[in-house]
Amino acid sequence: MKYAVLIYQDERMWAEASAEERARYHQAHTAFDEAVRSRAKMLGGEALTGVADATTLRHDAEGRRVLTDGPFAESTEQLGGFYLVEATDLDAILDLCELLPQQYALEVRPVADMSNATDWLDANPG
Amino acid sequence: MSEAAVEQVWRDEWGRVLALLVAQYRRLDLAEDALADAFEAATRTWPVSGVPANPPAWLLTAARRRAVDRLRAEAVAVRKQPLLVVDAEVQQRAHAVIADPGGLVPDERLRLLLLCAHPALAPEAACALSLRLVLGVSTEDIARLFLATTSTMAARLTRAKRKLVAAGVPLRVPDGSALAERIDTVASVAYLAFTAGYAPGSGPDPLRVDLAAEGIRLARVASTLLPGRPRLQALLALMLLQHSRRDARVAREADGGEPALVLLPDQDRTRWHHDEITEALGLLAEVLGDEGAARDPRIRELTLQAVIAAEHATAPSAQETRWPRIAATYAELEELTGSPVVRLNRAVAVAEADGPEAGLRLLEGLDEQLPVSHRLPGTRAVLLARAGHRQAAVEAYDVAIARCANEAERRHLRAGRLALDDPAGRPLTAP
Repeated sequence: MKYAVLIYQDERMWAEASAEERARYHQAHTAFDEAVRSRAKMLGGEALTGVADATTLRHDAEGRRVLTDGPFAESTEQLGGFYLVEATDLDAILDLCELLPQQYALEVRPVADMSNATDWLDANPG
Repeated sequence: MSEAAVEQVWRDEWGRVLALLVAQYRRLDLAEDALADAFEAATRTWPVSGVPANPPAWLLTAARRRAVDRLRAEAVAVRKQPLLVVDAEVQQRAHAVIADPGGLVPDERLRLLLLCAHPALAPEAACALSLRLVLGVSTEDIARLFLATTSTMAARLTRAKRKLVAAGVPLRVPDGSALAERIDTVASVAYLAFTAGYAPGSGPDPLRVDLAAEGIRLARVASTLLPGRPRLQALLALMLLQHSRRDARVAREADGGEPALVLLPDQDRTRWHHDEITEALGLLAEVLGDEGAARDPRIRELTLQAVIAAEHATAPSAQETRWPRIAATYAELEELTGSPVVRLNRAVAVAEADGPEAGLRLLEGLDEQLPVSHRLPGTRAVLLARAGHRQAAVEAYDVAIARCANEAERRHLRAGRLALDDPAGRPLTAP
């Protein structure tokens, strides 16, 4: 199964981290990357710049574009990056996630199969 | 006779047969529906043609036939409606994930038990799903046990099953520390069912023994499948000790009047289930002899609670209760947990051992931590009355009565307040 691992963290933790702390973050990501490559399959992943750089786009009732300066939701913990991993099951991906920095909140979400859009036409949200 | 036989087989074999079906068809929904159909057929045919020689085998065969019928019907439906093909394929792929191809562990039921207690499910959802899939309790009964409507409970169960499938939770026995963690969840799930039975927040019944019994049944299944696990043994011991007093805890009027709580000192000890107490003491002795269990704070917490329950269970009479031992055990428990509820219980034991003033001193400072509890002012009222502070006792009773949502407990508090007219005072102790 394909999983997205969404990384949430208080941005200040990274901004205020010392050089040694940043090195530990880096080591943890390297360990995660190596473990995924040997025990599962790495499909991708990126770190994002801070929410100060975010632009949120919506449309109002008349269909006009509305842009806001900042993230979709204001909260202390923000989406800071993600991985896309192919793993056998939830336990496997959760085990791998243990290698990432413990300061994170990690949201593990299965990726929906979009290979045929009719899934979605029939999908029952209940 | 055969109706009782179906009932018995249902209780004993549901989880095992269901686990075999899930392993074969790799689909939770199909397996569950097929087995429910098979039991329904048993209810109809066994009274007429007699109970088969091997009931679980009969059920397995009947359920397999149903499952095959349904798979055929689905295949026909798929041919008729091409749009559904994708949906069925997606479902099948998703369901395949919950099946473990390894087959290293002989007992399918253990995998089912661990699947239902996966930490990816919320504790309430895991609890309801365990009762449904492992024990075979009907959705209607689970709804009744958790004071929810049947449709709400059905939706909750469906959501839990969907989550297991969609999130890719494997039907597999994990190893090492992961297994220990899952056993903890199984234990929590069993204890949640048990405590929900013993501490209903509101409503007319002071306790709901049937739900507590299901919690015990789940812990029993778990400790049979996973022998030698002190956490499960300590939990089972504690639950058995508390549950052994069930028949003596509630008094019902002969004319079917309101049920009333009977507190420990007033209980008829001949009505306790002494076979369960004996079993629990055996389990407790094993746990107390396990050095690893003594070092694990969560197991130690359960063990100490069981030790206290065992002191009560083995006291020949209320007067002969060894209160100093109980107070000392509560002190260790409070140090371990820092829980204000434990301190409240300790105050009760200390009051019995050293007098009401000593108990009252331990209650000081608890109000901030237990701002809505009716047990704190209720206990204080009893201790104040014993110490001779009648007016303060009445005021404490009034606070307790205003806070209490359970009708049987409230009646008990009112009776206590009324008894203040009686200079003899009232006996003390939690039920």
